[in-house]
Amino acid sequence: MDYLIAVLTIAGISIIMALSFYLPFITGQISLAQAGFMAIGAYGSAICTVKFGIPYVPALVIGGIFAGIVGFILGIPALRIKGIYLLLLTLGFGEIVRVAGINIAYVGAAAGFPGIPYQKYSIVYAYAMVVILVIFFHRLRRSRVGRAFQAIGSDETAAEILGVNIVSAKLLAFSVGAVIAGIGGGIFAHYAEYIEPLMFDVMHGVEFIVFAIFGGIQIFWGPIFGALFLTLLPEFLRVIEHWRFELYGALLILMMIIRPQGVIGLDTVHALRKLFGKAVGRKGT
Amino acid sequence: MILQIRDVTKFFDGFCALNGVGIEVEKGRIHAVIGPNGAGKTTLFNLINGMYEVTRGEILFKGHSITDMKPHVRAKHGIGRTFQIVHLFDVMTVLENVMLGRHCKTKTGLLKTFFRFSTRELPEEKQTREIAMHWLEFVGLADKAAQVASSLPIGEQRCVEIARALALEPELLLLDEPAAGMNPKETMDLTSLISKVNEMGITVLLIEHNMELAMGISHVISVLNFGEKIAEGVPPEVQVNPDVIEAYLGRKK
Repeated sequence: MDYLIAVLTIAGISIIMALSFYLPFITGQISLAQAGFMAIGAYGSAICTVKFGIPYVPALVIGGIFAGIVGFILGIPALRIKGIYLLLLTLGFGEIVRVAGINIAYVGAAAGFPGIPYQKYSIVYAYAMVVILVIFFHRLRRSRVGRAFQAIGSDETAAEILGVNIVSAKLLAFSVGAVIAGIGGGIFAHYAEYIEPLMFDVMHGVEFIVFAIFGGIQIFWGPIFGALFLTLLPEFLRVIEHWRFELYGALLILMMIIRPQGVIGLDTVHALRKLFGKAVGRKGT
Repeated sequence: MILQIRDVTKFFDGFCALNGVGIEVEKGRIHAVIGPNGAGKTTLFNLINGMYEVTRGEILFKGHSITDMKPHVRAKHGIGRTFQIVHLFDVMTVLENVMLGRHCKTKTGLLKTFFRFSTRELPEEKQTREIAMHWLEFVGLADKAAQVASSLPIGEQRCVEIARALALEPELLLLDEPAAGMNPKETMDLTSLISKVNEMGITVLLIEHNMELAMGISHVISVLNFGEKIAEGVPPEVQVNPDVIEAYLGRKK
């Protein structure tokens, strides 16, 4: 039972991280920085609880806001860069955060930050956050802002001549994505009780991208599915644990060949909706 | 004059795409811009839209200078546009595409979208959808509202793009080669659509290679060649203008 809770907690945090990648992704911004924002949220909230005695939930929020501010600052140069260059910029940022963590004595430097107060209901908070995010993305999809985000991701030029302020929309998506990652980091820190820079390195950033792209990029259920599936799978097939990144690589190649939109697509949602009536999704299309 | 292009010059590095072009577009007219390929017509549209910045010169819309305004601000002021190659949002439905035309006319932000207790639809959202459906009916594509935009044939995609631009409530509509790739029946439908739009009071600025359409529907025609305006007038005048004929057909030997 304890084991199940442990696995589900990590799965829940993975879902939050996959969704934090997905939000800027909708606007066409592919970010490898989410692990870095997670680190800022983790360290930020840990500093709040450990050094200042701030309670758990406010500490999470502060960690998230702090990550959001850094996301906003990083988001500004990111506006001008696309595709692979943005990937490099965000990768560089992630590395800066990691190296900063190794060198700042206040947060324990390379030895890490121990003694974070354990939150025994981490799983509850993690999935409460997941529920909040589901409502958020669901409302976003059928909203003016959500349509603008999708439009920017689809055709930035056309979106702009229709009156969409590309700069503020992309910045908004990028910053809020960072906030979400920061909150995920805070929940993680108070579950793991100990954090160190290596836990937030580039490869973790890559994992979140894999969750989202494998799971499905057409709708927010995709990253949720991807994170759940790829976090739980190693628990059922132990051997996979050692070959995790090889598996990710193989899965991605397979998906790009047979189903580039990922496992969960709009067609999946429509089919499920037909089966279950109103249980999945709401009115409209 | 709803649009005044004053002595507009555009250089792309060393290449001069437009040289001292001046065009005045009268409100309520259908004004065509024609010329051989490479004359600078689409560049001109991109400058009016704000996608490019002028190297020299001024552009005035409704009497105010818009030369330094970004594209999304110009849209808000009432300039709508369609493209030579259709720029629909492929992954979204036809209706969602047209609903985006309402973006600058609506204002629900992220906070209002998320932080509310009611699960009912926002009134602004309902209104957006209804107005979008209205424009889809106007172009005759209401039955395709739920289809993914990229699944429509090209002629219908163009009409969706026009509906989308109309949803913006433009006072000036820029149509870049709307008849490109259309068969005669589709072109006829398009011609009557443009007339209907103009009858509503919208000024139409039109780039067209289809001479029958351009000459048949326009009140005024400006002719560009190699980045310069070489002629301007009502269609019968332009048709017999020797410079225009030479631009298209070459000099008689």
